[in-house]
Order: sequence, then C-alpha cells, then structure tokens
Amino acid sequence: MTTHTIVALVENRPGVLNRIASKWRQRGFNIESLAVGHSEVPGLSRMTFTVDGTTTDVDQVSKQMYKVIEVVKVADLTEHDMVHRELALVKVTAAPKDRGGILEIVDIFRAKIVDVATETVIVEVTGTEDKVDAFLEMVRPFGIKELVRTGRIAMARGGITPMAVEGVKGEEHRYRPAGEGKAKVGTLI
Amino acid sequence: MKLTGAQIVMECLAREGVEFIFGYPGGANLPLYDTLPQYPKIRHISVRHEQAAAHAADAYSRVTGKAGVCWATSGPGATNLVTGIANAWMDSVPLVCVTGSVVSWLIGRDGFQEADITGITLPITKQNYLVLDVDDLAQTMREAFHVATTGRPGPVLIDIPRDIQQQETEFTYPETVDIPSYKPVAKGHSGQIQKAAQLIKEAERPLILAGHGVIISQAYDELKELAERAHIPVICTLLGLGGFPGSHELFMGMPGMHGMYWNNMAIGDADLVIGIGMRFDDRVTGRLKDFASNAKIVHIDIDPAEIGKNVKTAVPIVGDVKAVLQELNPLVEPARHEEWMAHIQKIREEHPSIAIPNVKKILPQYVIQQVYEQSGKDAYFVTGVGQHQMWAAQYFWQDNPASFITSGGLGTMGFEVPAAIGAQFARPKNLVWSIAGDGGFQMTLQELATIAEYELPIKFAIINNNFLGMVRQWQHMYYEDNLQSVKMLQPDFVRLAEAFGIAGMRVSEKEDVIPAIEKAIRHPGAVVIDFEVEQHEDLFPAMPPGAALAETVDQPKFEEAREPKKVGTR
Repeated sequence: MTTHTIVALVENRPGVLNRIASKWRQRGFNIESLAVGHSEVPGLSRMTFTVDGTTTDVDQVSKQMYKVIEVVKVADLTEHDMVHRELALVKVTAAPKDRGGILEIVDIFRAKIVDVATETVIVEVTGTEDKVDAFLEMVRPFGIKELVRTGRIAMARGGITPMAVEGVKGEEHRYRPAGEGKAKVGTLI
Repeated sequence: MKLTGAQIVMECLAREGVEFIFGYPGGANLPLYDTLPQYPKIRHISVRHEQAAAHAADAYSRVTGKAGVCWATSGPGATNLVTGIANAWMDSVPLVCVTGSVVSWLIGRDGFQEADITGITLPITKQNYLVLDVDDLAQTMREAFHVATTGRPGPVLIDIPRDIQQQETEFTYPETVDIPSYKPVAKGHSGQIQKAAQLIKEAERPLILAGHGVIISQAYDELKELAERAHIPVICTLLGLGGFPGSHELFMGMPGMHGMYWNNMAIGDADLVIGIGMRFDDRVTGRLKDFASNAKIVHIDIDPAEIGKNVKTAVPIVGDVKAVLQELNPLVEPARHEEWMAHIQKIREEHPSIAIPNVKKILPQYVIQQVYEQSGKDAYFVTGVGQHQMWAAQYFWQDNPASFITSGGLGTMGFEVPAAIGAQFARPKNLVWSIAGDGGFQMTLQELATIAEYELPIKFAIINNNFLGMVRQWQHMYYEDNLQSVKMLQPDFVRLAEAFGIAGMRVSEKEDVIPAIEKAIRHPGAVVIDFEVEQHEDLFPAMPPGAALAETVDQPKFEEAREPKKVGTR
C-alpha cells in the first residue's frame, strides 16, 4: 500500500467528475484528496487524485478511467520526481495576547495572514501535506475555528508532461497494451 | 431544413440504418411518437414492459451486429430499462437507448415521473447524455451510435427533455464524428503479435479460449484459420459459442463452472492459453491462482482494461480480434499436436460429461438436445438463465455463427422471452427457439402479447422442473438440501399461452418429446411447449463456487444407465 498521485486530463463536460469518481468507487477505493481545475489546454480540465492502494490495483483503476469517453490522459506520478503542493486556509483564534506567538509560527512556515479580525486571523499556508500538518500542530493550541485544504496538486519535474509523450495528440495512447516497457509519465501503465 | 428535436432523432436513426425501435410511449416521449408516421421505414415495436424493449434490442443487435435501439418515457419508463441496459453493458452489446425526460425547467425539481436516469445508468453505460440544447441533438445522436458500436461495444443512453423534442432548429447531419478523447484502435501491436506467434510455435499443448469478441468482430474465418494452421483445440466461452463451428474436430465446447470436464482438465495441462476476445471471467477460470498454472497466456482483446485484470498475461495484444488475427495468422507456423489431441480425447472418453442417461423420465437435457437435433442448422436459440441455460450451452454444437443468444455476464432471468422477440425480428425467416426456464419465463411472460400482436412464430420450450432449478441445486449441494423459496406454484402454461392466442402444448411422457418439437416447428405461429421434466435433475459437470477448475465434478449420477455418446459428432 502506497499513496498514489494520479493525474487525469479530461474534457471539461458535465458529469465527467462523477464518472471518474465512480470508477474509483466501483473498485472500493477511498479518494484521499481531489483537486480539479483548468489545464494548459483550453477545454481540458486537470484532476489530481491521491489514493492509497497497491500499484496493481491503482493501475487497474487507471485503465478503467480510460473507459470514460472524455478522459484524454491518465498518469500515475507516484514513482516520478514531482513537485506537489497543497494550500490550506486556517481560521485561528487570536486573542490580542496570542497574536505575537501566531505571527512567529506564520513566519517560520512562510505562511501568510490574509485576514485579521478582533478575535481571529485567517492564515494561508502552502506546501506539502506534511508541512501543512506540522503548521496545524503548531497553531492548534491557539484554537482552530475553521480549516479548509485544497488537496494535492502535482507536476513532474523536468520537461515531461502528460500530454507531450511521443508526439501523441490524443491518438495512440488510449490503447497502449499494459506490461510493455517501463512505466513513465503519460503512458497508460 | 428546420426540424423539431423529435424529427432530428428520427432523421438520425434513419441515417444510421435503423430498422426497428423497441419501445413504450409515455408523457415525456410523446413528441417522438408523434413523428413516427413521417418515417414509415422505421418500424416501432410496442412491447409490454420497457425491460423487454432493452432485451429485444439487445438480442436484435447480437444477431445482426448492428446497434439495437430502444425507447422509453421518463421516470419509471427509463428505470424499467435499467436491467436491460446492465445486461447489454456486461455482454458488450451496442444499444442506443433514447429516453424522454421531463421538461427542462423541471429537471431536478422532482417533477412528475422524473428520474435522474443519466445518473442512474452512469456505471452501466459506455456513455450517456442529457441533451439540454436542441442544437446539440444531431451531434449527440451521431456520437451515440459511434461510441456504442466502435471499440468494445456497449450501451449508450440519450435523455431528451420533452421541450427539447418539440423545439425547432436548422438540421444539418454531422457526416463525421470526431471525439478527440475517444479513438479506439483496431490494429494490434506488431511486436506483440510476433511474440505471440513465437509462443505458438514453441507450444506443445496450446489451447484457444474464444469469447464474445470473436463474434462481435466477426472473426470466424480468422479463428478457424489459426486453429487449423497450428492445430489448436478451440474452447468457446458461453458467449463465444457459435464463434467456431460446432462440428469441427477442434471444437471442444465450453469451459468453466458447468463446462466440459475435459476442457477444465486440459486448461490445467496446457502450456499455452490464447484468450481471444474474452475476459477470463470467474465462471471460466475458477480459483484464479490455480488457473492454467502450467501455461503462458496470450490475451487478445480490444479493451485495454481487460488486460491483466484477472490473469497475468505473457503477451497482451490490444486490438480488434479480426484485425489482430489477420496479422497473426501468416506468422504462425503450421504444426500438428497429435499427442496433445490424443491426451484430451482420452479425458473425453473417460469423462463424457454430457452423455445423457437413457432413463424413462424426461430429462431436461434430453429435451434441449432434441430441440437442437430437430431444428436444423439455420435455427437461432435464445435462452434464459439457470440450469437450462447451461444445458443449452453444453449441447450447443451448432455451426451457425451468432445463433446462440444468452445473457452471460449479468445472468438476467427473463431474458428468454423478449430476447426471442429481438432475434425473430432480426431473422424473420429463420426458426427461433426460446429455451426457457419455468422461473424466468414468468418474469417476462407478458411479452407473449407482443409476440401475438406481431405474429412472431417463436417456439418456446419451457424446461419446467417446477423449481428454480439452479438455486435448488445450490441449496441441495452447498446448503445441506435446505430448499427455500425455490418450489413455486406454477400457472397452467398451456392455458396461459392460449389466453394470449398462442398455441400451447404439454409434454409429460418421454415418447412425446420429439413429436411435440416437430409439431411446434411445423406450426406457422408461436408455440409454447410446457415440458414437464424430471424435477431433481442436477447439472453436471459442476465446479463448486470458489474451487479450482481441477476440482470439477463430472456426472456422478445414473452412471449405469448411461449410453456413452460421442460428443460433437451428431
């Protein structure tokens, strides 16, 4: 069991998210986090999933995802050198006497205070999940009133992108047989 | 040309060459029905329940290879299609289902007869659409047929609100379809095909497992060529039956839970298993870790998600079966495997599996075998699900491709009645038998009215053991004979048929079996024959659930009364 980071490029149409999530559900996976937004190609959305599972099981679902007509590309970034980040907004109880302490922690984590009120501050913190977790541990004693995390977004380091594999323009990639060659970004398996 | 949404649907159906729509009207698809008189070449068949519309379209598609079309209204009409859609999904059958929906401004407001049918059918359709703009309708219809029939086929559903059906727009038929994210590729990987040819060359004990994909891609000649060239025995899965001629010396029948004993043993002995257009279903493989444990596996399938799903594959080839075999066959070196054939033949002689004991009672398998014997080679056979289905599969040694129509993956009882309707419409001049269970027949027998209305000459052989036979057998074998809810009060099937204006016959003596079948075949109209068969006959061979193929039990009963029959040589 490892945590897998799966990236899917999909046509931005109604119901696609539902269809893809459904493929994970059918195989009994729990999606740990999910982030969706526009990609570099107009009309294509990029989804980033994190799921826990064995490589074989995750590969199986990745292949199932290609059954969703709108799916253009699926890539498992797990074994790649990647940059991944999460953003959190944290509403921390901040009585005037505690503000100094909170500010100090915010500084150490290179976070930002984006809102101040009489009894609370909202802090924006960006980083890996571990960093966000560590930050939350530090501010917890002051009191966390509200918390929102975006879930992981990820990108492979270097020149490779899911779309730029072997000059593929949404053509050959769809029916690439499994078990041929080593896994790499942008290939199905 | 200005057309309404409903007319656009009909125009698109006409251009796709649709002959039949199986459907049922209701409030939300009335505009569609309103246009029917303008399109006299497209025949609408009124069924008695929407499930039957889907099953009939499904069987029509399996026989003709074209997409089947069914219609239903919103809400309950659409949800009644669901079983039929799931059935088509599991068996990779191209269906185009058009449902009417509540008017667009009521969607999501629990309008009368509203159901979120695109949501409900999401996991059992290859694609579905809710059309909210009449200008998208033509493109959607075109895409639907394209998606349903290409790659691994499957059902597609289009939900059209009533107001969209009524709105007018300029109609231009999209001549081409381009879905950037959907480009199924037929051609197999050449390197992989060469590797497969090499494995076939090295193999001493090769086997072919041929599935539904052979029939879907109509690769009959290619499969035959491969088998004959390299002298490889061909085992057909339940849905693959009819993909290889039953009278061929290399045809071995079905494998798996109720397959031929010799096949289940041979799979264990083989050193190469070539899966062609099949998916290594659990009913075929038995316990996975013991499946074909001495063999390398070559897997040819159009769906990449099937590769490696159940078994570990030495050489996967993703592509259309016909295209792959056309490329593979010239690379395969001619060979003979006499020793291997003799080995299988020896198991066959020791375990004849489907020899029928000569007893006084009417055995269900005897009836089914006689239906085949008397029907000639151009007949079509539709079955329900259960014991009779497995017997029908075991005794199916016919040559006619795509002439065995059965619900495989989903195992839908009741399929036998509406599917026979679809098969008969697809082949109006051919004899169509529905080999039915007494349980399944009662699930969809309302369709006898449809059969009477359209004067379809379907012959029903109800294998009536007064039990849900397969469930009784499981309760008997695996639940200490604790028979629960399997013995049911039966209607008088003969009088029931007559109530629909259909001829009915009852057969309770063995000597009447053949005359009744002959009489039914001669009768110009539909016939329902109630065969009162031995109630406690168990189905063999049988592999216990969760067991390995090697644990298959061959016929233990009636051994002394058996007259060994050489199978495959009628």
